[in-house]
Amino acid sequence: MTLRPVLCGLGAVLCLSHWPVGAQGVKAQPPVAAAKGVKTVRVALVSLQSDDRYGNRRLERAYPGHPGGRLLPAAEMAVADTEVALAEDKLALQILDVRLGGVDDLASTLQRLRGEGVVHWLLDLPVAAQVAAAQAAGPSALMFNVSASHDSLRGQQCAAHLFHTVPSQAMLADALGQFLAARSWRQALVLQGPGEANALLGDAWGRAAKRYGIQSQLKPYKLSGDPRERDLSNPRLLTSERQHDVVAVWDADGEFARTVPYATQLPRPVVGSNGLVPLAWHPQWERHGGPQVTRRFRKAAERPMTGQDWATWMAVRSVAAVVQAQPQASVVEQARLLRSGQVSVDGAKGPALSFRAWDGQLRQPVFLAHADGVVATAPMDGVLHPTEVLDTLGHDLAESTCRQKP
Amino acid sequence: MNTSILNRFTARQPAVLSQLTCALGLALAATAVQVHAANVYVSNEKDNKIVVFDAQGKQTSTIDVCKRPRHLMFNADKSRIYVCCGDSNELGVVDRAAGKLLETVPLGDSPEIFDLSPDGKLAYVSIEDESVLAAYDLATKKEVFRVKTGGEPEGVLVSRDGKTAYVTSEEANVVHVIDLVAKKVSKNIKVGKRPRRFALTPDGSELWISNELSADVSIVDTNTHAVKATVKFDIKGMRKADITPVGVLLTKDGKTAWVTLGKANHVAEVDVASRQVRRTVLAGKRAWGLALSPDETTLYVTNGLSDDMTLVDTREGKAIRTVAAGRVPHTPLVAQ
Repeated sequence: MTLRPVLCGLGAVLCLSHWPVGAQGVKAQPPVAAAKGVKTVRVALVSLQSDDRYGNRRLERAYPGHPGGRLLPAAEMAVADTEVALAEDKLALQILDVRLGGVDDLASTLQRLRGEGVVHWLLDLPVAAQVAAAQAAGPSALMFNVSASHDSLRGQQCAAHLFHTVPSQAMLADALGQFLAARSWRQALVLQGPGEANALLGDAWGRAAKRYGIQSQLKPYKLSGDPRERDLSNPRLLTSERQHDVVAVWDADGEFARTVPYATQLPRPVVGSNGLVPLAWHPQWERHGGPQVTRRFRKAAERPMTGQDWATWMAVRSVAAVVQAQPQASVVEQARLLRSGQVSVDGAKGPALSFRAWDGQLRQPVFLAHADGVVATAPMDGVLHPTEVLDTLGHDLAESTCRQKP
Repeated sequence: MNTSILNRFTARQPAVLSQLTCALGLALAATAVQVHAANVYVSNEKDNKIVVFDAQGKQTSTIDVCKRPRHLMFNADKSRIYVCCGDSNELGVVDRAAGKLLETVPLGDSPEIFDLSPDGKLAYVSIEDESVLAAYDLATKKEVFRVKTGGEPEGVLVSRDGKTAYVTSEEANVVHVIDLVAKKVSKNIKVGKRPRRFALTPDGSELWISNELSADVSIVDTNTHAVKATVKFDIKGMRKADITPVGVLLTKDGKTAWVTLGKANHVAEVDVASRQVRRTVLAGKRAWGLALSPDETTLYVTNGLSDDMTLVDTREGKAIRTVAAGRVPHTPLVAQ
């Protein structure tokens, strides 16, 4: 296990990227003499040392919707952004970069973090590990899922103290559904890959398509070395159906989806995992202070900002907002406050954003974007909701299966 | 119509004489409304121009300036216009009579709003990407000093005595009170969410701050530097999240404030004494910038998303007309 606290707190001139740890793990005393009376809230970014998403070659592919790199720079950027406001209340944030040797280390690491009083965790972990972390922590930590879009984490497997700053698959699919409905592109030819990850994307799409009246015709695709299955990876053959307005491709991996735009039999736009993609963030978003955020991030991380970076940045900003609102509150009270919707955070997407009371999901606009820019933002103009139009994206109160409350 | 003003004006600007008199004639013929030979200058973020209108909103010319022009101000005798350019990081100096960009002063990365020192020698500019307020000597074109602010500084206002600058930080939700003599922040005032711009009452006692994400205006006592009141905006049939105040100004008598409500596409007229909204007027999409005519009978509102400018009759509280104003109009600036 490696622990690398990164310290950019109040008064710290240097950001230390390495912090020596003993065999027993965390050494968590503040390494820089904090200003007098300043309370430093330490936030742990918990990820796996070995994570396929961050493999060199994988990152080079830069598939839309996938992370562009480790999320530490985004967390640090939020610390810098909130520094002045927090200093007013004699508060400061500090990020600890916690890399697990493997999922097996999770329980012991979390226990150590708790023991050191680090009770704000950003989880950049696989779904199963997030569920395990939430169960292990119970009400003793405030957790933010910053990279997993799985609906199950907001539904059956939700947890009282687990919040989600990254949009759910249902939100992303609803955004696309709204866009297609607004354009009256009502018939979709759906190309869906094998495996569970693709099935989940397909399920989310099925729900959105039903909601927005998009007829879907399903065609399975498969990347295969078997000559008998060659047709299953040929976009032209797969798209030879006559009646469809768009081709929706659902590909959790990204490799196949990249081959579909401009390779269809008929001239049809491609949407879903490539072509027009629903995203939490896009570096070409140019309204509501977006360019400033993207530029700050690029300076720090030397790469474009992705949705996972945005979600991490928002999670730390949410911690800042909640500790500022009630500096003395316990994590349970903080979780209640976030779920109450009374604490809102600016995400440079327009409105002030708050968390849903029923599942801890951050309400947010979703971009419909291609590689080069943002075409539209959902909720689309004209979509209505009795109380909060952002709740037209994803699972609303009545549909939510989450029963956990802080 | 005051002919001496017209004479002075035309002496300096012979080229626009015909257009002026034309507008004058039109207005005289059209209505009994008092006529003003005012010029309205509007910065265009995406056209890299200042569009020039007459008082009635008829476009008369355009001036090519630096890249992404945003905030505009006159110099003391109004012979020049300073324009802050966010993409080319410059402060452009425009000669009004010639209708030309004369020179530029290099600024920090992504400047947005500025104010001038009372003697007109220094420009204080919020530099968004570097999170500083920077002071520039307009004669030597050199940066004199800079003061660190919270994230995304925006609104800048210098006190009449030139000793204090107020700067909003959109990220930190504070107004920095900056001591320009000591060159440091002397106090941070917590205001609403995403504070944007300022207006000062004529007696200098109250500072009004628009808060984009909390749908209100904070009023700060300039003696105590404490928030003494908050004006909330509410429009029937609209949700709070759709009301995003940005532009704010006060009339010369200090009795009325006008506030643009951004996404709500309205401007609000506020009674300063009672802190009550008197009425709201529909403008264009994302109403941000605003300016009053010299006699304060016309309010010019720039609408960033519908690319136009709405002229509001301030006595009737009604929009008179809306005119095309280039791509992403930012700030209107009016003078005789």
